[in-house]
Amino acid sequence: MSVTTTSLSRRDFLRSAAWGSAGLVIAMALPGRGRAATMDTQAANSSLIASDAAGFAPNAFVRIAPDDTVTVLIKHIEFGQGPFTGLSTLVAEELDADWSQMRAASAPANAELYKNFAFGMQGTGGSTAIANSYMQMRKAGATARVMLVQAAAEQWSVPVGEISVDKGRISHAGSDKSAGFGEFAEAAAKLDPPEDVALKKAGDFRLIGTDVPKLDTNIKTNGEALFTQDLHHDDMLTVVVAHPPQFGATMKSVDASAAKSTPGVVDVQPIPTGIAVYAQDTWSALQGRRALKVSWDTARAETRSTREITDAYRQRAQQPGRKAASRGKPEQGGDGLAKTLTAEYSFPYLAHAPMETLDCVIHAKDGAVESWFGSQLQTGDQGTMAEILGVKPAQVSIHTMYAGGSFGRRAQPGSPFAAEAAHVAKAHAKSRPLKLVWTREDDIQGGWYRPLNVHRLSGGVDADGNVALWDQTIVGQSIFSGSAFAAMIKDGIDPSSVEGAEDLPYGIPNFRVTLHDGEAGVPILWWRSVGHTHTAYSTETFVDELLEMAGKGPVEGRLALLGEHPRHAGVLKAVADLAGGLDASESGRARGVAVHKSFGSYVAQIAEVSQNEDRTPKVHKVWCAVDCGVAVNPNVIRAQMEGGIGFGLGAALYNEITLEEGGRVAQANFDRYRSLRIHEMPDVEVTIVTSDEDPTGVGEPGVPPIAPALANAWRRLTGDAIRDLPFVKIS
Amino acid sequence: MKITVNGSSHEIDAPDDMPLLWAIRDRLKLTGTKYGCGVAQCGACTVMVDGQPKRSCVTPLKFAAGHDITTIEGMDGAEFEAIQTAWRAIDVPQCGFCQSGQVMTATALLKEKPAPSDTDIDNALAGNICRCATYVRIRQAVRDAADTLEA
Ligand code: FES
Ligand code: FES
Repeated sequence: MSVTTTSLSRRDFLRSAAWGSAGLVIAMALPGRGRAATMDTQAANSSLIASDAAGFAPNAFVRIAPDDTVTVLIKHIEFGQGPFTGLSTLVAEELDADWSQMRAASAPANAELYKNFAFGMQGTGGSTAIANSYMQMRKAGATARVMLVQAAAEQWSVPVGEISVDKGRISHAGSDKSAGFGEFAEAAAKLDPPEDVALKKAGDFRLIGTDVPKLDTNIKTNGEALFTQDLHHDDMLTVVVAHPPQFGATMKSVDASAAKSTPGVVDVQPIPTGIAVYAQDTWSALQGRRALKVSWDTARAETRSTREITDAYRQRAQQPGRKAASRGKPEQGGDGLAKTLTAEYSFPYLAHAPMETLDCVIHAKDGAVESWFGSQLQTGDQGTMAEILGVKPAQVSIHTMYAGGSFGRRAQPGSPFAAEAAHVAKAHAKSRPLKLVWTREDDIQGGWYRPLNVHRLSGGVDADGNVALWDQTIVGQSIFSGSAFAAMIKDGIDPSSVEGAEDLPYGIPNFRVTLHDGEAGVPILWWRSVGHTHTAYSTETFVDELLEMAGKGPVEGRLALLGEHPRHAGVLKAVADLAGGLDASESGRARGVAVHKSFGSYVAQIAEVSQNEDRTPKVHKVWCAVDCGVAVNPNVIRAQMEGGIGFGLGAALYNEITLEEGGRVAQANFDRYRSLRIHEMPDVEVTIVTSDEDPTGVGEPGVPPIAPALANAWRRLTGDAIRDLPFVKIS
Repeated sequence: MKITVNGSSHEIDAPDDMPLLWAIRDRLKLTGTKYGCGVAQCGACTVMVDGQPKRSCVTPLKFAAGHDITTIEGMDGAEFEAIQTAWRAIDVPQCGFCQSGQVMTATALLKEKPAPSDTDIDNALAGNICRCATYVRIRQAVRDAADTLEA
């Protein structure tokens, strides 16, 4: 079978290849501006098992080819947060490679070689890519360097200690000899890897800490980058699935006759999640799905509206739940305090709405399964597909593709999407490649949302103007409960429900956070920055109000409470310096500040806000300070802060998934599930706090502070404390 | 249906109400043009029809026939080159999925207005969603491209 890719003849970066022998050719990440390369994923897979004859594979991560190129196999999926560039930088640093010789490719699914140390299995999430790979990738690079140097020393008959490596050249000054890595690739491949290697000191870094150009920018600028959606194989069918209109509903009966006679439709099959329509192309599949007549059984469906669910949560929030954190005497409440404040917050369900909807190409044949998709938890996806298709996990190969965003959506404990793809393959009688595609409507209405939450906070200030009480109750569905991550739940507390609240950094003597697990039949999932999406908002707006009651300034007041948290204080001071304080630049505007730690990184933001003619907020500028330890690539860090701010701002302003009476999702596309657009994007200025700490993540931590910074500015501007998100309700 | 894409003419055997997007992607296998919403909300599917940016997801084949269609694969010219260069210089893309549409729309803007104001940029690109919110850099890159063209 041959593989069809995009206009092959016109594009020399792609070459066609026979499926069986050489696998699918995918576009590769490129360092140079204008150079192109190819990567054969199948070959990459096999080179892991037996070290490749051609070239040098010192470990599971580094491949050095005779042509001097260094390919780094990246265990983390690339959807814009930069691991292809970041992890390659770490290898290149210790290898003393030149940036122009670096390439990156997705590692195959292999939990043993490519596990994420934070999870114990292969996967990406929790902003862990750089943090958990920092030492591993540097060691991988350093190991390769030692072996290359040794090979050179042997060939040149000179002592190892006299050899130097710089920008991809191995040199011996005494004999005036010099060569590239490729020349010793074969010889190095015959050496045993050293047990232990020395790593550079931070002061000797040449690439870490610099803005090396991103490896994937080129092909993501001219349309050449291939995403799952872009794959075409001969004999491939496109598949869409009709899902039930309410969560938990199932198919009662289906009349597929009109669908089956739709031109281009090849097959219609019931699968556990709905009815799959197989067709020659996407349009025919959609037409076929439209022609289905399905009646659904709603006996076990969630038929409550979000209004009803919120009301039920509000009721529960009146009483404290299970204790997540406590000190002092919070149960005494506001007795004896000068001023008290109680506030209730509600946070809606949120869809992730990544730009590329969920999709997967799967081909089950001869007892093996090959798949191409933006798999974010490969180990789980692999196991799930194996089980459904009756093969061993090792017989399921996953080519992790570039993905058009995720924001948490593709990291699926329990692998429901991989399962749907496997069922789609199982239900079709013929063995052929199948491309399962979700439409935007499937995506927005398909569940796996950021859970709806209600928070209730009581606080107080004593006669001396000190914040003396903080009592917070959270009601929300547990993300970890019943998932592969259930072991993280301790004493009935799902840490992802209370993170960012139970570890409040402020020195408040009487403090408590309690949790009720909310119940709803709506499938939920982590959403870029998980629990911090709501805890940062309630805590940072509530502390702002308490400080005002205490007559303290937002920055000074926070600093006074942050005695034991120098990194929080550091970013707060840095952002205040960057913005020149909290006085707005002109009348009719106000500024608000927020600081929050998530995933080991500390971020503070100041937002300057005015009011649009239609009374909605207009954010003019956001200043941002981040402390994420050693800044591996400052440009990527700034980009993630900018993107996190835009993503968080759009959600705070416009986003909510609502269930109507009867349980149907009211929103279906970007018309009512509004995305932030360019004219609503503020200017962003970022400062990175210098640090020698090991690096921590940046994909998520830019998100939490923006909504409370906006809210605090808005309250100062209008007197209106927004406690029910989003700011703007779209009907 | 006969359509002309990137200078060559193609016979597409499909219903005449099939959106141009699917003819381009599924039949011609030109995959630089993306599907993001299907309802003219996101701009990921932007192509040039007789030099004007259009949403191919809501352009039926029957309205595309007889017109010159250009996808990102077929783009060239000073404005396009300037946009490409500016995009790369500051690493605009994150996930990259929206970027074909952004680049197409930005190129069309520069063809129409070689020295756009920030408001012009915002207005022209307001129909192109970027879920990664690379907007700060998109704005900067369009400004940079305009400066290069002017020089
Ligand atoms: S796919 Fe056409 S505008 Fe979104
Ligand atoms: S770069 Fe990801 S949607 Fe724009």
